[in-house]
Amino acid sequence: MTDLLPIDQIMIAATCWLVIGVVGIAFPRNFFLISRVLFPLGALCGLALALFALGGMVAEPQVAVLPFGLPDLPFHLRLDALSSFFLFLLGATAAGISIYAAGYFRKSAGAAPGLQCLLYHVFLASMSGVFLADDAYAFMVAWETMALTSFFLVTSDHKIPEIRRAGYLYLLVAHIGAVGILLSFGVMAGSAGDYTFDAMRAFADRGIWPTVAFLLAFFGFGAKAGVLPLHIWLPEAHPAAPSPVSAMMSGVMLKTAIYGMLRVSFDLLQVQFWWWGILLMALGLATAIFGVVFSAVQTDMKRLLAYSSIENIGLIVVGIGLTVTFKSFEMPLLAALSLTATLYHCINHAFFKSLLFLATGSVLHATRERNLGKLGGLIHRMPWVTWLALVGVIASAGLPPLNGFVSEWLLLQSFLFTAGLPQGYLHMLLPVAAASVALIAALAGFTMVKFFGVVFLGQPREEKLGQAHDAGRLERIGLLWLASGCFLLGILPNAVIALLDPVTRLLVGSGLSAAASGHGWWMLAPISEARASYSPAIFLVSLVCFTLLVYFVVRGFYHDRIKRGAAWDCGFPLQTGRMQDTAEGFGQPIRQIFSPFFRMISERPSPFDAQPRYRRVFEDPIWYGVYLPVARLVEFGTRLIAFLQEGRIAFYLLYSFITLITLLVLTRG
Amino acid sequence: MNLYALIAQLLELALALLVAPLLTGWVNQCRAWLQNRSAPPLLQSYYTLHKLFHKDVLAAHNASSLFLAAPYIIFACMALASAIVPTLSTELVFSPAADAIALVGLFALARVFIALAGMDVGTSFGSLGARREMLVGFLAEPALLMVFFTASLISQSTSLSTIVEALAHTDFVLYPSLAFAGVAFTMVSLAENARIPVDNPTTHLELTMIHEAMILEYSGRHLALIEWAASLKLFAYSCLGIALFFPVGIPALADPASLGLALLILVSKLVLGGFLLALIETASAKMRIFRAPEFLGTAFLLAVLAMLVHMLLETGS
Repeated sequence: MTDLLPIDQIMIAATCWLVIGVVGIAFPRNFFLISRVLFPLGALCGLALALFALGGMVAEPQVAVLPFGLPDLPFHLRLDALSSFFLFLLGATAAGISIYAAGYFRKSAGAAPGLQCLLYHVFLASMSGVFLADDAYAFMVAWETMALTSFFLVTSDHKIPEIRRAGYLYLLVAHIGAVGILLSFGVMAGSAGDYTFDAMRAFADRGIWPTVAFLLAFFGFGAKAGVLPLHIWLPEAHPAAPSPVSAMMSGVMLKTAIYGMLRVSFDLLQVQFWWWGILLMALGLATAIFGVVFSAVQTDMKRLLAYSSIENIGLIVVGIGLTVTFKSFEMPLLAALSLTATLYHCINHAFFKSLLFLATGSVLHATRERNLGKLGGLIHRMPWVTWLALVGVIASAGLPPLNGFVSEWLLLQSFLFTAGLPQGYLHMLLPVAAASVALIAALAGFTMVKFFGVVFLGQPREEKLGQAHDAGRLERIGLLWLASGCFLLGILPNAVIALLDPVTRLLVGSGLSAAASGHGWWMLAPISEARASYSPAIFLVSLVCFTLLVYFVVRGFYHDRIKRGAAWDCGFPLQTGRMQDTAEGFGQPIRQIFSPFFRMISERPSPFDAQPRYRRVFEDPIWYGVYLPVARLVEFGTRLIAFLQEGRIAFYLLYSFITLITLLVLTRG
Repeated sequence: MNLYALIAQLLELALALLVAPLLTGWVNQCRAWLQNRSAPPLLQSYYTLHKLFHKDVLAAHNASSLFLAAPYIIFACMALASAIVPTLSTELVFSPAADAIALVGLFALARVFIALAGMDVGTSFGSLGARREMLVGFLAEPALLMVFFTASLISQSTSLSTIVEALAHTDFVLYPSLAFAGVAFTMVSLAENARIPVDNPTTHLELTMIHEAMILEYSGRHLALIEWAASLKLFAYSCLGIALFFPVGIPALADPASLGLALLILVSKLVLGGFLLALIETASAKMRIFRAPEFLGTAFLLAVLAMLVHMLLETGS
């Protein structure tokens, strides 16, 4: 395959996914074929796609025209560094998720396995289509295919009303967003009627229009990414979907929206204004704080992770905002720094969030329980899942030496450079923004301790957890793949920065690779060593060495005897699993400190209640602040024009006639 | 990397490991004096550690391997942290490996492990302590980071060595921002080291304990390691305070003569710092746990204010 261009190789891999899907639907009930052959083959395709994308990263941009679509409107495809990076992300994550999915989908689960297989692989192929598209038409077709297949995957268990409701909400928000994207493309294409991205790049600065296009695109892509206040679908849809699908949606599909934002802001639009960056930063921070605070009080493990995804998307949007600001002041090196942090966080989030979602999938299979209040003590029953989830938890909490910390470190470094911006007002805003990022990172730590501690540690809170079993072999391979990704991305930051170099050169005209690689592979020093440096490899090695050294020294000098007994707990004799902190209890400090964030409904029993029930519901204030007023407004508007609807055909014919006459009059003049 | 840097690094690490329990002993002694009690011997911490190392470990039946491994990891984190903070010299082997942000990350890593270990046995106190510790942590960590950011903005670097060099070896400049940062740092250190007014290291009263509640289930060598790690943490924080706010006397070069002098200066600063800590602890009362967020929120705001003051007043010149 060496004589093929990377773009051809990638198209072949994506086509393989389609073929796998079609073979799956041809044998919809052949469980063995689908789970033991087709899904592992899909994982191989993902791996191949990631490898081919690495080739595309360093190659010159390539174009291809596919003779599909409408007459005179073929699909234009183009592979450049930005597309390649996101394709790499897709392929590498999909490899892990697909192999996991091979072990995950069971005979009893919801829809026919063949249908799941078709939808899943078309979903994957359409995401690669989004990354490859080079005209608005192809982009929208791929985008809509992605939205529809993921909708059907979310509603796999369509017999449950909540899942249908979640799916409907998802579809609705996805389409409101798609309208924004379509309008943005329309603005950028202008009156020429040429919808290729090349034509849009030529779109010159025409007053207010770049801003309009940018805002529309941000609205549209923000709806897909879950930026406040359009995040509303995310905590509903992610828990509803089967775990591999949640992992795919959270890990990769949200990144298609980030890809779209980057493509429009830096590639299609040739100008950036600094206040765009401030807008992005403000919304990103609001999203991230909102996400992490809500994540800390959740009691459903998949909802917790979904809110945590909102937080991470917020941080990524902050990074884009910072990049826009630096770019608009023509500081390419700093723009490259913050863009590197953004892209790094994209791929980190893809790995650790998929890992955590898949771990919840294994827990769900083993216990049939999603409620944190009914789990606990799984470390004894499911050691594989526990330890691999711990990797994801540490990465997600942004702790060294794993990958989450590196991107956070780079983001904080870029904030430290904002002191050099020429805008006086920004100096006052940016410390506050940096402080919020630090707070968000620390809160993420709180949330992750809650997640891991309540699910895996302690005593089982329910009897039935004693029968929980560990993940199967294929599931373990998938988890292991993603965990090693978290590990390698954390230990080899310079390799990742070298990978990102062509992307930042393409988008902001500068890269970090030259400065970063000057100190050896182990030392990350993006600007200069005196300025800031961090070496995850030395960090990890010394931590491991210290730990082992202490262990052996203590054993050598003293002993390693250990006795087992009942827990001490300050001498309280009775210990049951119900006496530990529940997820609610663990989130209590957050509820108290951030009480203005929530809309809370409490039901407390009276002291004389024979059957006391305690209930507390958290509701999203944005439902009541934004969505319900909009819904009421729409209802009001429809009532105003309802008089048009008479129900008699004569009136409708009259309307058509009047419209026709009006149009004729207008076109004549 | 030269030989002196290696020697300075090893010396610093050895000093931290050996002297840290002494600092804890010194603070306890000062506290006893101030409270008109008779003090335990200065070396009491060492006797306790020795005793604990000899004892058998008694672990709960359902303690997992995470519980058993955590003390070693926490100890290693704190040892690494005290190796990163420049105390005797700014020319250290480890200093390029981890900057101020990584140091905050390292403290956070240790905190996450101790909180998880607290939840592992599944007792009511363990998870209570873990929850409270994470509450203190998520407020203290950003405040500490903002203190570092203020210092980094002044010195144009997040590398601790460069910060200390910039603050210690340039012409004396009065930074109003550092005053704010100093107050914030003191408040954060009190909270992070489980001292009064946020926590009380000597209590086992269930309503108030934070740190002690998490480590209730530990015994024997595990408890010894955790206690030792706690004193290392106190030592590291004290040295950080010295390095950021009173850096005079930390040499840039690591030759024997300046190392000796630096050691002398450091010890006298620590003696004074330990006394001040005991004074703060004696003069203030333990807060209710619900007041801790206000206390730490104040520290956070002060640290952000320090950055703003720097941005507004000190960058113009």
